[in-house]
Amino acid sequence: MKKYNTFYSVPYVLWLLLFVIAPLLLIVYQSFFDINGQLTLSNYQTYFGSGTYLRMTFNSIWYAFIITVVTLLISYPTAYWLSQTRHKQLWLLLIILPTWINLLLKAYAFIGIFSQAGAANHFFEFIGLGAQQILFTKASFIFVAAYIEIPFMILPIFNAIDEMKPSLVNASRDLGATNWQTFSKVIFPLTLNGVKAGVQAVFIPSLSLFMLTRLIGGNKVITLGTAIEEHFLVTQNWGMGSTIGVVLIVAMVVIMFVTGERRKKGGQRK
Amino acid sequence: MKRLVSFALAIIAVCALLAVGSSQLQQSQGATSKGTLTLYNWGDYIDPSLLKKFQKQTGYKVQVETFDSNEAMFTKIQQGGTNYDLAVPSDYMIQKMHKANLLVPLDYKRLHGFDNIDPHFRNQSFDPGNRYSVPYFWGTLGIIYNDQLVNGQTVQHWNDLWSPKLRNNIMLVDSARDMMGMALIAQGHSVNTTNVAELEQAKLKLEGLMPNVKAVVADEIKMYMAQNEAAVAVTWSGEATEMMANNSHLHYVVPTEGSNLWFDNLVIPKTAKHYKAIYAFLNFMLKPENAAQNAEYVGYATPNTPAKALLPKSIADDKQFYPDNATLDKLQVYADLGNRMVGIYNDKFLEFKMYHQ
Repeated sequence: MKKYNTFYSVPYVLWLLLFVIAPLLLIVYQSFFDINGQLTLSNYQTYFGSGTYLRMTFNSIWYAFIITVVTLLISYPTAYWLSQTRHKQLWLLLIILPTWINLLLKAYAFIGIFSQAGAANHFFEFIGLGAQQILFTKASFIFVAAYIEIPFMILPIFNAIDEMKPSLVNASRDLGATNWQTFSKVIFPLTLNGVKAGVQAVFIPSLSLFMLTRLIGGNKVITLGTAIEEHFLVTQNWGMGSTIGVVLIVAMVVIMFVTGERRKKGGQRK
Repeated sequence: MKRLVSFALAIIAVCALLAVGSSQLQQSQGATSKGTLTLYNWGDYIDPSLLKKFQKQTGYKVQVETFDSNEAMFTKIQQGGTNYDLAVPSDYMIQKMHKANLLVPLDYKRLHGFDNIDPHFRNQSFDPGNRYSVPYFWGTLGIIYNDQLVNGQTVQHWNDLWSPKLRNNIMLVDSARDMMGMALIAQGHSVNTTNVAELEQAKLKLEGLMPNVKAVVADEIKMYMAQNEAAVAVTWSGEATEMMANNSHLHYVVPTEGSNLWFDNLVIPKTAKHYKAIYAFLNFMLKPENAAQNAEYVGYATPNTPAKALLPKSIADDKQFYPDNATLDKLQVYADLGNRMVGIYNDKFLEFKMYHQ
């Protein structure tokens, strides 16, 4: 039995080595070189010594936080409702469907909708609000980012709610708990793992969003992802780009750690 | 478990097929049978009918491969394994390629028609004496405005952009060198300055522009301007031509106090093999009628004087794209400043983008 186990783990281990461990090591290695190829710690010095990068870090975390909260507020009730409906699989499919479409296409679609003569402004004019500047605002950036991330929040929460035994909710009601008590003492704690998984799946990618910051945010929103893109493509300062990458990875590990605790089963994506 | 194994096998089989396919594709592409010239060019940057004409006249077939950034082209040629006979880098990149020993000098004995090139565009700092490069197209950085949204007379100079009337109505192109260059010229400095104090001043100047800046975008700028999303944008003449083709209310201005002058030149990279075909092609493209046809197709400005004379008057007399000599003399070409300096330009630009009103 043991022999089989190791045999089947070969693809996974190979994958892990080639596409997870090796790139990580390369990034850490690169981060110790400055633009002239000298071994140095100056990249980290620049990062933690300059207000620019620290503010950028704060910005990234703040926007990722808002995006996560928005998606959570929409996703939890949605997931709950989904678990009660009759055609669960169909509704779920409709939610997953947009993730099959390329991110860039979705971003361009939103450019069309949000532009001066776009559908959104036609609607605003129709209801008497007049045309608004929608593109290049923080609100539009958060809206589009939330739209893109929502399926990744709904799925784990839905799985957690779906796995919960309805008898527990019934028992809680039979014993005289109010709706709020049932929710806060029974349903929410039982689905917390799903929420945590969802937060991880949304918060972490949101930290390093970069294309949307330019396409929808018009570079009025600058996150760490933007800086990495610039350092790799324009400045060709791979060291600094890698340094920011290392900081992001550390931040992600911290978040995994905080929201982790996956000893109990349930709540994870199937 | 059996399924897993067959699944893994299927993946391996697909990979193997892909490998075979790609190697065959490369062979068919790489098979530079005698008489094929490989041109490494920007996308849609040559009139395809000229290639047919060239083949008919000389018998050499031209195969075009494309790149979308100077840096990508540099990497591909530097890494080798390619067989490009001609490439079309921009000014600063020619200097960088020369420093990296990637260019083959031109043999002027075999080159005919170089005299057609306007002296304004010869002997530039990035390639003194044109030892390595033949000018292909040139252009400028300038202001594009929408005459429905702003009075054109009020946006003729760089400093006009700082006017409070343009609040939240300007789009900038997301390029450190160009935006820093704009601020440097507005303050009377060189676009190639290595004086950090001047760069800091330029950054502060740009930060003062922030209330007017609606967005800092890349290629999308063409679409946005064509859709009346902003009144004014700062971008390159080539992009401006495309925008104006889609919206007749747009106009392009090169400020008379100076701007950037950029070049895309033909060079022979170290990977070249077919010298007869190369010189046949260079001579072919230097002929006025061919250069004119190409300029009309691509829509950029040609450095070829007799070719310009052959262009329709509406194009050749267009001051937007062929500025007069007084302005031309004020234009500055970017030099390759080395990694460290480029890094500083980019950091300043990033700080500007981080600045909030």
